[in-house]
Amino acid sequence: MTLHLPSVTLVRRIKAPPAKVWAAITQPDLMLQWWGPDAGPTLSVIADVRPGGRFSVVFRLLNGDEHNPTGIYREVVLEKTLVFTWDLPGAPEPESLVTFRLEPFEGGTELTLTHERLPDEAARTSHEQGWTGLLDKLSVFLGVSP
Amino acid sequence: MAKHKASDMDRTFWALADPTRRGVLQRLMDQPGLSVSELAGSFSLKLPGMTKHLDVLSDAGLITRTKTGRTVAVTLSPAPMQAAMAWLGQYERLWTVSLDRLVALVEADSAP
Repeated sequence: MTLHLPSVTLVRRIKAPPAKVWAAITQPDLMLQWWGPDAGPTLSVIADVRPGGRFSVVFRLLNGDEHNPTGIYREVVLEKTLVFTWDLPGAPEPESLVTFRLEPFEGGTELTLTHERLPDEAARTSHEQGWTGLLDKLSVFLGVSP
Repeated sequence: MAKHKASDMDRTFWALADPTRRGVLQRLMDQPGLSVSELAGSFSLKLPGMTKHLDVLSDAGLITRTKTGRTVAVTLSPAPMQAAMAWLGQYERLWTVSLDRLVALVEADSAP
């Protein structure tokens, strides 16, 4: 049983082969075209896609705020797996981990993205599940959506 | 300051990593103001055992204890958990929008 810290997982089935999706998530000129949480521009991308290589993206939100997540590539398996750490300087949060997994699917690609908190030393001592249920229940309790 | 806040969040996650402590929070959602001895009883713990768990939750700012006479009532203090949920919400938004754009990009590119 693995430790489950809060994480975000999204799955997309894409009508394009894994090679094309891989290019879009690893080539800076393509990354510039989709990266960011709203319609604001992606300003710069550094993607030294090899284990130990550097990752850095600067994007500007529509409200004018700029963010610069940075990290280090941890695992690179061509057209299959891309794992990098995620550090948001100045933000009130510890380092986290982003994983892209690509699987061929009916002539296209199934992409699974996971963004998870890295367990700290204390959390590693526990091997419990149950996050999702608790947070779901809490969001109902608080009357907010997560 | 950022560092200070990060360690606050670590405390929250650590506090939540234990099943008994998560159970306590769920009980308190259903029944705010339970006493320490009622909580100990419902988890088959002795008072000192429950008090240890409550200390961790209290350090993380997840509960408050109010003493009335000889009874200590425990209530939920959800603000730190809201920070944890804000973390989730922020990345759900980032990746949902980014992946929508990614899909549009590669699918348009793949069209004959």
